[in-house]
Amino acid sequence: MKLTLKIWRQSGPNDKGRMETYPIDGIEEDMSFLEMIDVLNLQLVREGKDPIAFDHDCREGICGMCSMFINGEAHGPGRGITTCQLHMRRFKDGDTIFIEPWRSGSFPVIKDLVVDRGAFDRIQAAGGFVSVNTNGNLVDGNALPIAKDHADTAFDAATCIGCGACVATCPNGSAMLFVAAKVSQLSLLPQGRPEAKQRALAMVEQMDKEGFGNCSNTGACEVECPKEISLEHIARMNREYMAAAMTKE
Amino acid sequence: MTQLDSKVPDGPLEQKWTKHKNSIRVVNPANKRRIDVIVVGTGLAGASAAASLAELGYNVKTFCFQDSPRRAHSIAAQGGINAAKNYQNDNDSTYRLFYDTIKGGDYRAREGNVYRLAEVSANIIDQCVAQGVPFARDYGGLLDNRSFGGVLVSRTFYARGQTGQQLLLGAYSALMRQVGTGKVQQFSRHEMLDVVIVDGKARGIIARDLITGRIERHGAHAVLLCTGGYGNVFFLSTNAMGSNVTAAWKAHKRGAFMANPCYTQIHPTCIPVSGDHQSKLTLMSESLRNDGRIWVPKKKEDAEAVRAGTKKGVDIPEEDRDYYLERRYPSFGNLVPRDVASRAAKERCDAGFGVNKTGEAVYLDFSSAIERYGRTEASVRKIEDPSTEEIIRLGRDVVSAKYGNLFDMYANIAGENPYERPMKIYPAVHYTMGGLWVDYNLQTTVPGLYALGEANFSDHGANRLGASALMQGLADGYFVIPYTIGDHLAADIRTGPIDTERQEFSDAERAVRERIDKLIEVQGSTPVDVFHKRLGKVMWDKCGMARNAEGLQQAIQEIRQIREEFWKDVRVTGTANAFNQELEKAGRVADFLELGELMCKDALERQESCGGHFREEYQTEDGEALRNDTDFTYAAAWEWTGDPGGSNLHKEDLDYQFVKPTQRSYK
Ligand SMILES: Cc1cc2nc3c(=O)[nH]c(=O)nc-3n(C[C@H](O)[C@H](O)[C@H](O)COP(=O)(O)OP(=O)(O)OC[C@H]3O[C@@H](n4cnc5c(N)ncnc54)[C@H](O)[C@@H]3O)c2cc1C
Ligand code: SF4
Ligand code: FES
Repeated sequence: MKLTLKIWRQSGPNDKGRMETYPIDGIEEDMSFLEMIDVLNLQLVREGKDPIAFDHDCREGICGMCSMFINGEAHGPGRGITTCQLHMRRFKDGDTIFIEPWRSGSFPVIKDLVVDRGAFDRIQAAGGFVSVNTNGNLVDGNALPIAKDHADTAFDAATCIGCGACVATCPNGSAMLFVAAKVSQLSLLPQGRPEAKQRALAMVEQMDKEGFGNCSNTGACEVECPKEISLEHIARMNREYMAAAMTKE
Repeated sequence: MTQLDSKVPDGPLEQKWTKHKNSIRVVNPANKRRIDVIVVGTGLAGASAAASLAELGYNVKTFCFQDSPRRAHSIAAQGGINAAKNYQNDNDSTYRLFYDTIKGGDYRAREGNVYRLAEVSANIIDQCVAQGVPFARDYGGLLDNRSFGGVLVSRTFYARGQTGQQLLLGAYSALMRQVGTGKVQQFSRHEMLDVVIVDGKARGIIARDLITGRIERHGAHAVLLCTGGYGNVFFLSTNAMGSNVTAAWKAHKRGAFMANPCYTQIHPTCIPVSGDHQSKLTLMSESLRNDGRIWVPKKKEDAEAVRAGTKKGVDIPEEDRDYYLERRYPSFGNLVPRDVASRAAKERCDAGFGVNKTGEAVYLDFSSAIERYGRTEASVRKIEDPSTEEIIRLGRDVVSAKYGNLFDMYANIAGENPYERPMKIYPAVHYTMGGLWVDYNLQTTVPGLYALGEANFSDHGANRLGASALMQGLADGYFVIPYTIGDHLAADIRTGPIDTERQEFSDAERAVRERIDKLIEVQGSTPVDVFHKRLGKVMWDKCGMARNAEGLQQAIQEIRQIREEFWKDVRVTGTANAFNQELEKAGRVADFLELGELMCKDALERQESCGGHFREEYQTEDGEALRNDTDFTYAAAWEWTGDPGGSNLHKEDLDYQFVKPTQRSYK
């Protein structure tokens, strides 16, 4: 395959950045999208040019590191997959592909396609946990049966990989889906119930502090989320949050 | 020669750990506040250790090279975590888990460590449940189990095909909770590039801020390396792209011995290589071997037709299929340990029965399982005389509920529907049993320097059983280091903060800077990845699934050659004082180029076959690994002397007091 790549280049946070064009040849259908970028980078290094900076690690859709906005979609075409799981068989010879970083005021660009998602860690630190210390004398794991449907719904929420596609794709730059996934997972489980309200308040407060936008229920996040986290979780979080806000006043 | 003291206490197996805990020193809570600990790595081992130590009151700094601690390679583990809970009433016990691990490791692990691992395994599950880890449950709401290779009981806990993710997110949430309280300072996008030793003790690290390129000094009273395995020395492996040996290798060069570097686990069920562009290999969880059957065609002409694309696997009739694992190992069948399964696949493919273009693939077939589950489901639903289509439909639903995400992953990568056609799989590098030598306290040969998780060599001998790495990482972090580190730190309650202005820190920092400059100054013509691929090919061909003396000697020469060319001709673009991924890779590959040689040297020295280390010269008549217990019942611990070829070998004799080593048999 022969392709034309239009890629966002930005040398650092203070550079304005611009799209640059790279023709590329010899791309095979079996390659993953990131392997296609590897081919380009190899070529750039050989020419003594600066290769494209991009985040990636596991290359199997679970670490949440990869993060490209491809042809106007977070993680590109295809549902339920990350950038690293995208394969070139989805494209055809002669295509032009636009590749940009996540764009959100709360995710500043570090270089090219690499952004800073530290805000997610700070939201997690604000309340995304069950307050239990390491303890060798806990009750047996089976002392607390959990209904399978609750366990399964909690699991669905827990599969969030923290990639930030929901933020990148949201017209308001909201992080609601990410935050809701954690709040919802823990509030569905008996271990997380005691702190459910406080958790929702603390995480939402931190989210606001980080400058993420408000949720206006456009639902774009659910569509682009590689783990297909459902909007239901946002509804569940809103209930926790409202209940908490009321008892607080 | 240094005497290696394992510090395993005397006495009966089941009393060792309790006895040890009672005899080691404890730091009182007020003094813990005066002690700083550095944890490098935030995978299962690092995150669990850092959170637990901070909860105890120590001041902790954590480091990882990814943009968040949640992204450590542990996140990718799929299949599950073992624990001797005996929930299935199938006669599991601490002893049985211990025994299985010792046997699975082909009698090359330390009994005391392994027993402790089995002993704390049950606590791990309780801890994770308390954190909100959503393990799989049955309809009664209780925890579910599955079985894994090399054992006869069902003791593996799992969270769909994402067990590592869920466990890591549990440990990460505990870690972030401590970040919130200020007890942990977390440094993401930071790479440790050296350990600083002061008066013979590890007292800090030199790290590079990967965003700005700034070189930083961090002091502490102890340093924990939880930096994972080095499987990427093979270039192609199931490890994440960034997994590397750098932290362990720098520690090695500062005096920490490297143990059993040649013990590499090649996992039998991975998606085969599709072409030269391949950047990594994807594992298909071992749990698939519970229900999937592995086979190749019985007739060579069928295999040839499949390779040529004129025949499909589904067209080969039952009687012409060779279920070679079931044939060779009737009692364990498809559930033999990984090393055995991998070698058997290689044997069939080398004999000409491989089933994809490259001839390097075997089938993993779910059709029997689909039919079996379909029938059961039909009878549960009281469907009388179900049609074949109905059975298959019902069976597929069951298989999809159990393995759906793995099947999707396969379909996405291979571009084929695994519900309709058997999957194609082939062994790939997966895990490294070797690593930094540690004693019972998880301390390396450098006082104050510890190694946890895959980075150490401690518990798996020459072969690791499935679902035991997660168990070991969390055991080390949650339940071992919080106790054993006290023994060392008790001496430091009056030391005060470590002064990073000391000469030792400036010397280490200068060395780090010089090396970075040297990498950039080569200004050759060949990209880093090219050298990495060349090294990987040598390692795979000559120090992979099968090894022999001649090949290993050649490999050493070839690696030296590649290393020389690397330092003459590598091209690292960009500068030292900026975000520079080529520079990061270059530093890691330079270390792999030294490690690779030591691995070959270790493999050459070990003139026997055991576990993942198969020397072609040492095998039984029917091709099984042939151990030599008289001469090789030891852990090989290598001491750095200045060049990778000249390392000194120290032997820790493994004294089997409780289990009698026998010829491992899965027949
Ligand atoms: C695909 C796959 C599936 C697996 N499935 C299973 C399974 O089902 N069951 C099982 O038991 N095991 C499984 N394993 C093995 C298991 O996942 C690993 O052995 C284990 O997770 C390793 O954990 P760790 O904490 O030791 O290291 P890792 O999780 O690898 O973490 C290493 C950490 O060190 C950091 N680091 C490394 N070098 C540096 C440096 N120089 N400076 C700063 N930071 C550094 C990294 O950033 C990272 O945070 C699997 C492995 C793979 C590859
Ligand atoms: S909710 Fe989905 S899109 Fe958002 S961070 Fe999680 S996985 Fe990514
Ligand atoms: S690289 Fe890990 S999710 Fe894509």
